[in-house]
Amino acid sequence: MAESILFLAHVDESGKTLPKAAYEAFSAAVDLAHRLGATLTVGIVGEGVREAANTFSGAGVRILGVAGPDFAHPRYRSDAAALEAICREAAASIVIAPATSRFLRVMAGVAERLKGQIDTHITSFDIVDGMLSAKRWFYRQRLEAVIQRAGRPWFLVMDCGCQDAWSGAQGTAKIEMIEVALPENCRRTVYAGVRTPNIDAQTIRPDAKLLFVAGAGWCKKQPDGQTHLREAESIILQFLEESGASLGGSKSLVDQSGENQAVLGFMTHLNQVGQTGSTPRHPKGLSMCCHGEEPHVVGWRFISERRAVNLDPNCGWARGKADVLYVADAFQVIAKLNSLLAAKAVRTEEWCEASHELNPAGCQQ
Amino acid sequence: MSNGYHIVVCAGIVPDPLQTLEPVMSGSTPALKNEMLLPAVLDPWAAHALYEAANLAAHAEGSKVWLVSAAPKSKLQQVMMNVAQKAAFELVPIDAPANGFADAHSVAEILAQAIHSISGLDRSRLLLFGGWESASRGAGVTMQLIGEQLEITDQFQGVDRFTVLPDGSLEIHERIEGGRHLVSICSGPPTVLGWATGNLPEPRNNPQVGMANMRTIMPALQKTKSTSLTQNVRYLSVMPPRQQRQTRIVKDRSAEEIAAELLEWISQE
Ligand SMILES: Cc1cc2nc3c(=O)[nH]c(=O)nc-3n(C[C@H](O)[C@H](O)[C@H](O)COP(=O)(O)OP(=O)(O)OC[C@H]3O[C@@H](n4cnc5c(N)ncnc54)[C@H](O)[C@@H]3O)c2cc1C
Repeated sequence: MAESILFLAHVDESGKTLPKAAYEAFSAAVDLAHRLGATLTVGIVGEGVREAANTFSGAGVRILGVAGPDFAHPRYRSDAAALEAICREAAASIVIAPATSRFLRVMAGVAERLKGQIDTHITSFDIVDGMLSAKRWFYRQRLEAVIQRAGRPWFLVMDCGCQDAWSGAQGTAKIEMIEVALPENCRRTVYAGVRTPNIDAQTIRPDAKLLFVAGAGWCKKQPDGQTHLREAESIILQFLEESGASLGGSKSLVDQSGENQAVLGFMTHLNQVGQTGSTPRHPKGLSMCCHGEEPHVVGWRFISERRAVNLDPNCGWARGKADVLYVADAFQVIAKLNSLLAAKAVRTEEWCEASHELNPAGCQQ
Repeated sequence: MSNGYHIVVCAGIVPDPLQTLEPVMSGSTPALKNEMLLPAVLDPWAAHALYEAANLAAHAEGSKVWLVSAAPKSKLQQVMMNVAQKAAFELVPIDAPANGFADAHSVAEILAQAIHSISGLDRSRLLLFGGWESASRGAGVTMQLIGEQLEITDQFQGVDRFTVLPDGSLEIHERIEGGRHLVSICSGPPTVLGWATGNLPEPRNNPQVGMANMRTIMPALQKTKSTSLTQNVRYLSVMPPRQQRQTRIVKDRSAEEIAAELLEWISQE
């Protein structure tokens, strides 16, 4: 079957470029087009698409665009209308899109309008017996499958962090703009802003190298028979600040806040990692006071290096779920770690000052 | 809203997450080994949708909640024994082999048909609730597909908060990147809402609610006819992840030593 590929993207919140996930998925689309001998078209949606389109000028592909104030922010009706128009114009057999929150909530609706079929959370593509196949996880990262579909158009939404981001020479791209006139009822829903949770610090940092996961043990009675919540709060926040880590939590810990129990104030359901939480991608993960039960650890599928600190030598992490388990008191370990991190920061600062005197051009940290 | 909402909650069932899952091929479609014997639970995010629906109905007079579920009948009956005690609803069961490997398009189609045939459902007051992503297929597409099939095109996914404003419009918070929420105002029903965790704890079991629900659940289950699902996906392989780590267990080391080792590890590129 001769295939043609449409790659879809939306302008990011800056309004000037595309999210990183888009360049990653584009690199998969370019590779696939090459291997299938397929044509590749790009479609971009946003308030303005010029600057974003220019970043693809080196790819030598046809670029379609839908632009206007109605497409500045995510909204199902307007996004679906714009993407449907681009898909109809491109008439591709394969549609590839990045798994941004904006696209994940609309792409299936677009597939339905095009009488197509859709699979999301794709981690890679391959060609098997001359046919496109895709890999994805089932049962929350517990089973991995390779799938094919005969139905076309086949919409494939590619997960973030699975490919290196594409980059190419920039220039002035030729864009074919498509007019999408929205009926008035498209404005039944209006954008009312973005809210950051009301917490002491922004603790979810998708680009951090380290994921720090706190478990319910932080709120439990310790060997002295007391809980130490305020101490736990302050040493965890200090660790996050010193290390730049992103904060995850176990379900038991985040559920406590919903039930109005005394709990770490900055922990919300958005931090929850696992079966009913998130599956973040970070190169390293460090768990403290978390048991490492299977429903939690499925959320660690994309964390390559894993270490845990737990008082229990028989906890879940000991059973092949972590690379290293330190059987120790997390309160003591993190306090020491914080002082080492603080000392390291001071040394780095002193070194920078000293090297600045020797070489005012700059300090490499 | 004076005469309340008609809230339809779509919820599948999934194996209890503490169970070990082993794939087996059943014809050309994969299944789970001993699938019918594995204890099952209501799909967690869809369960949150049900709790939110019940809470909303309790605060908007004249509202009604339906729970539409496609699953093997005997498993659904088992799960209902517990779920029926959590919230008041009318069950619309569909006896179908809807596991994680079933095609979302086929599942969406039978769910949309079932919703279509609910008698007395007022589409102008309809709030279509469900889980954002299931714990089985985890694709986040079923609710969108049903919405399109029922021509409901104000849709929201990853919902954590839903508030009815004084003028009857709806304020909706959806999860987006970086632990933030997108806030939208929708003028009113009909809408589709795929829930994430929401804000409500799991309700305690209430045997009285359970008894009242069971009076309609059992006859509905008895009446339901078995439905097959078209499979559009070809599975080339299904495997559990191969890697099992060789855990190094470090005991009897001081907090200083452990912290130093962790610092070195964190600092490595
Ligand atoms: C349908 C369903 C879905 C679920 N989804 C999820 C999910 O998405 N995410 C999730 O996390 N869980 C999930 N769970 C729950 C999961 O099974 C566990 O109950 C949960 O992960 C346990 O959390 P925990 O390890 O923090 O708490 P606990 O099991 O209470 O463990 C606390 C740990 O802290 C340790 N500890 C205490 N004090 C110290 C100290 N001073 N130093 C070091 N260690 C200490 C203890 O040894 C213990 O191991 C789900 C369960 C179900 C049924």
